[in-house]
Amino acid sequence: MTSTIDFTDLSAKHTSDETKKRLKQRYWAEVRLKAYGMLAIAFAGAALLLLTSTIVTKTTSVVYEYYVTLEAQIEVSDRDQERLADPNPRLRANLRRVVGASLQETVPGEVGRAEQRALAGLVSGEAGLELGDLVKADPSLIGQTISFDALLDDNTQLYLKGSYGRPETINSSGTLTLTPVEGEDGVVEAKVGPSALTEVFEALRDQRLTEAQRARAEQRRQQNAVEVWEQRLLDAETEEERSELESRLEASRFQRDAAASKADGLMQQATVRREITFEMGNRDPSLFLRAGEGWIKATAVAREYVRGEFFEPIEGASFPEGEWSALMMMSPEIERPIDDRQVVWLEDFSDRGLIVEKFNSRILTVSDSASAELAGIWGALVGSFWTMMVTFLLAFPLGVMASIYLEEFAPKNRTTDLIEVNINNLAAVPSIVFGLLGLAIFVAGIDVHIFGYEIQIGGFLPRSSPLAGGAVLALMTLPTIIIAGRASIRAVPPSIRDAALGLGASKLQTATHHVLPLAMPGILTGSIIGMAQALGETAPLLLVGMNSFIQEPPGDPLSPGNVLPTLIYQWNSNSERLFDDKTAAAISVLLIFLVIMNALAVLLRKRFERRW
Amino acid sequence: MTETDMQNATATETESQNASGLSDISPVRSAEQIAERDIKVRCHEVDVFYGTSQAIKKVSMDIEDKAVTAFIGPSGCGKSTFLRCINRMNDTIDICRVDGTIELDGEDIYDQEIDPVQLRARVGMVFQKPNPFPKSIYENVSYGPKIHGLAATKADLDGIVEASLKRAALWDEVKDRLDSPGTGLSGGQQQRLCIARAVATAPEVLLMDEPCSALDPIATAQVEELIDELRQSYSVVIVTHSMQQAARVSQKTAFFHLGNMLEYDETGKIFTAPSHEKTQQYITGRFG
Repeated sequence: MTSTIDFTDLSAKHTSDETKKRLKQRYWAEVRLKAYGMLAIAFAGAALLLLTSTIVTKTTSVVYEYYVTLEAQIEVSDRDQERLADPNPRLRANLRRVVGASLQETVPGEVGRAEQRALAGLVSGEAGLELGDLVKADPSLIGQTISFDALLDDNTQLYLKGSYGRPETINSSGTLTLTPVEGEDGVVEAKVGPSALTEVFEALRDQRLTEAQRARAEQRRQQNAVEVWEQRLLDAETEEERSELESRLEASRFQRDAAASKADGLMQQATVRREITFEMGNRDPSLFLRAGEGWIKATAVAREYVRGEFFEPIEGASFPEGEWSALMMMSPEIERPIDDRQVVWLEDFSDRGLIVEKFNSRILTVSDSASAELAGIWGALVGSFWTMMVTFLLAFPLGVMASIYLEEFAPKNRTTDLIEVNINNLAAVPSIVFGLLGLAIFVAGIDVHIFGYEIQIGGFLPRSSPLAGGAVLALMTLPTIIIAGRASIRAVPPSIRDAALGLGASKLQTATHHVLPLAMPGILTGSIIGMAQALGETAPLLLVGMNSFIQEPPGDPLSPGNVLPTLIYQWNSNSERLFDDKTAAAISVLLIFLVIMNALAVLLRKRFERRW
Repeated sequence: MTETDMQNATATETESQNASGLSDISPVRSAEQIAERDIKVRCHEVDVFYGTSQAIKKVSMDIEDKAVTAFIGPSGCGKSTFLRCINRMNDTIDICRVDGTIELDGEDIYDQEIDPVQLRARVGMVFQKPNPFPKSIYENVSYGPKIHGLAATKADLDGIVEASLKRAALWDEVKDRLDSPGTGLSGGQQQRLCIARAVATAPEVLLMDEPCSALDPIATAQVEELIDELRQSYSVVIVTHSMQQAARVSQKTAFFHLGNMLEYDETGKIFTAPSHEKTQQYITGRFG
C-alpha cells in the first residue's frame, strides 16, 4: 500500500460538525422508534380495553334476573295433585294456571280473553314449575295463598333492563279532562294543556316525514319499473309477450300511484301546522296518559286533545296539573316484542314495587336451555372439566415421556432430527385439522380392506363425549408440552448430570432423580399454557360433535357433553336477544378460568425460577 | 455409626484391599514407603478420538494407590480427557472413542462385562465447578450411598453422611443445617460438599478435574489440605493448572502436551530436574 492513513485526521472527525449532525439523526431515530413502540402499545391497550369493557358491561346485565311478586292462591287440579304426590323429584308439576290466575288478580283491570296470553307471556314457563316444586316440597301450601316470585320471560327481563326503551314522562301541563265517547266502550277523549303535546307532535311529524321519504323512494322505484316495462313493450314482438308486459306495467303503475298518494298524504300531515289530528298506528311512538292508577293509550292526537282507550280504568274525570302525566315511548310497538299493553302492566308492577331483582345464580348452576332466561353454563363447565381431565391425563404423561426420551436417551441422528422438526411443525397445525383427524380416527373409524377382510381402525370413542373431545385436544396439546418439556430439560445444566453420573447413577436415575424434578416447573408451566389453549379451543370440538344441545351435565367422560367455547358458539348464533348477554357472561367465566391458569403458570415460573 | 461401620459398608461394596485405609491415618510417609506404593490403575497405549480428531495419543502410565497423581499441561493438552477415561465419563459423549486398555486392579474397565455405572461407583469424580444438587446437604451426601445400597438403615446412612462430611472437613460448618440446600453454601464449602459426596460412595480412586480453579486462595488451601488427607485412603488423580498446587499436593506428576504424555515421574523430580525440554519450559512459565 502506498497511501498512508493519518489517524490524527480520523480522530478529528469525532468532533466535527458532520458528527454532530449524525448524532442528532441518531437521537431522532431513537425518539421515532420509541414513539412507534408506544403507539403500538397504546393501540393494543385500547383494543384490549374495548374488548373487556364490552364483555364486562354485557355480563353485568345478567348478574341480576327479574321476578314479579305474586299473591298465589294454590289450587291444584287432580292431575297436578297426582304429580305432586309422586316421589320422583324429576317429575315436576307445572302450576302455570295458578300463576296465570294470580297475574290476573295482580293487574288492576279486567283482562280480556285475548289479553290473557299476553299477560301470561310476561312470565317464564319456568315460573309454574318452580311454584310446583315449592308445593311439592311442602304440600300443606295447597289451598293457601302465598307470596311467590315468578321468574319473568327473557323479553320481559330485557324490557326491564331498558333494552327496548322505557316510557318517559313528557311535558304534562294543564288540567286533564276526560270525556267518555258515546257508544264506544272504553274509548275516551282527553283535553290537556296547550303545550303538553308539543313533543309528541314533533315526534309524530318526524315519523311521517320519514315515512313520506320512504314512500317517495318507493314511488321512484316503481316509476323506473314503469319506464322499463314501457320500453320493453315497444320492443315486444309477440302478442303473448305484449300482454304479459302490459299486466306488469299495470301493476307497477298502480304501486307507483299508491306510493305517491301515500307520500302526499303523509307530507300534508307533516307540513300542516294547525288543527291536524294524527292517527297513531303501531309504527308511531306510543303515547300514554296516566292518572291515579289508570292508563290511557292514545290512538289519535290533536292539539290539546287526545283520543284513546283505557288500558287500566281511571276513576274521576278531571285532574289538575301534577296529578296526571303523559308518557311517550319512542320505539314503535311493531319494533319490540313487548306490546303497549304489556308495557303498561310492567310499568304498573314496577311502580307498585312488585318487580324483584335477584342475583342470577341460575346461569352458573343450570345447564343449557332453549329459553334464554333459563339457560346456564353448568353443563358446559362440567363438560370442560371432563375434557380437560382427559386431555391432561393423555397429553401430560405422553409429553413428559417423549421429551425425556428425546433429550436424555435418543441418539442424535437423522431420525431424531426428523422427529423434532415434525413435532415443531405439529404445534403450528391449525386446530381444526386435529379435529378432522380425531373425527376420522377416534369417532368414525377408518375401514381398511386387507385380503378380503374388512378391518375397522379406530372409531372407539362415542361422538360428542368429553373423552373424544379430550383425546382430540390431547393431540393438539402434545406438541406444546413436548416443546416446553424439551426446553426445560435442556435448561437443566449439564453439571448436574455430570454430578449424578459421576456418583455412579444410571442414566435413568439421573433423569428421574435430578433432571426431571428440576425441569418439572418448566414442564408444568408449558403444560398449563397448553391446557389453557385447549380450554379455549372450539373448532376441533365442533367436528367431534361437542356442540350438541345438551340439557344435562355429563356424568362421566363417555356421556354426551359440550364445553364452554362450544356453548358460547351456540349461544352466540341464537337469535334470542338475552342470549347475547348470556354469551358475554359465559365468555367472562371462560376468561376468568384462562386468567387463573395463566397466572398459575406465571406463579409457578416465578416460584421455581432458578439461577445456575 | 462409627468409622468401623463405614469400613464395613465400603468393604461389602468393593471388597478391595484399601478399604481398611479409612482408619489408616498415619502421618506423612517416608520416602521408602512412597517407593513401595502399589499400582492401582494401569493404562496401556490409550488413544482417545473425538470424531476424527485424536485427543490422546498412545498414553501409557501406571497410577499408584494411596498417592496423589497430578496431571499438568497447557490448555487443550488432553489431561481432562484422559482423566475422564478412567471412570468412563467420556461414554456420555456420543462421538468419543477410546482405544487401548485401562485396568483397575488388573481388570479392563473397557471390557464388555464391565458396567460403566458400577465402575463410577468405584472411581469417584469431583468436577471443576462445584456442582451440588439443588437439594439439602444431607441429600447431596446420602444420594450415592442410597442408590448403591451402601446403607441398610437410616442410622447407617446418617453415619455415612457424618463420616463423609468429616472427611471433607465440612462437618463442623454444616452439622446444624444438614437440611438447608447445598447450593446455599459458599464456593469452597460447595466444593468440599462435592468431595464429601464423592467420598460417601466409598470409591477406590478419586478423580479431581481442576477442583480449585473456581475457588479463592483460602478455600483452595482447605481443599488442598483435604486432598493430602484423602491420599491416606485413596488413589487420587488431580488435573490442575497450577504448578504450585501440583508441587504441593502430588507425589507423582504427568506432563501432557498436545495429547502426548511427555513425562511422568516423581513430583520432586519433575519440578527440579525435568528430563524433557517442553516440561522445563512449561514449569518455568516460558509457555503454556
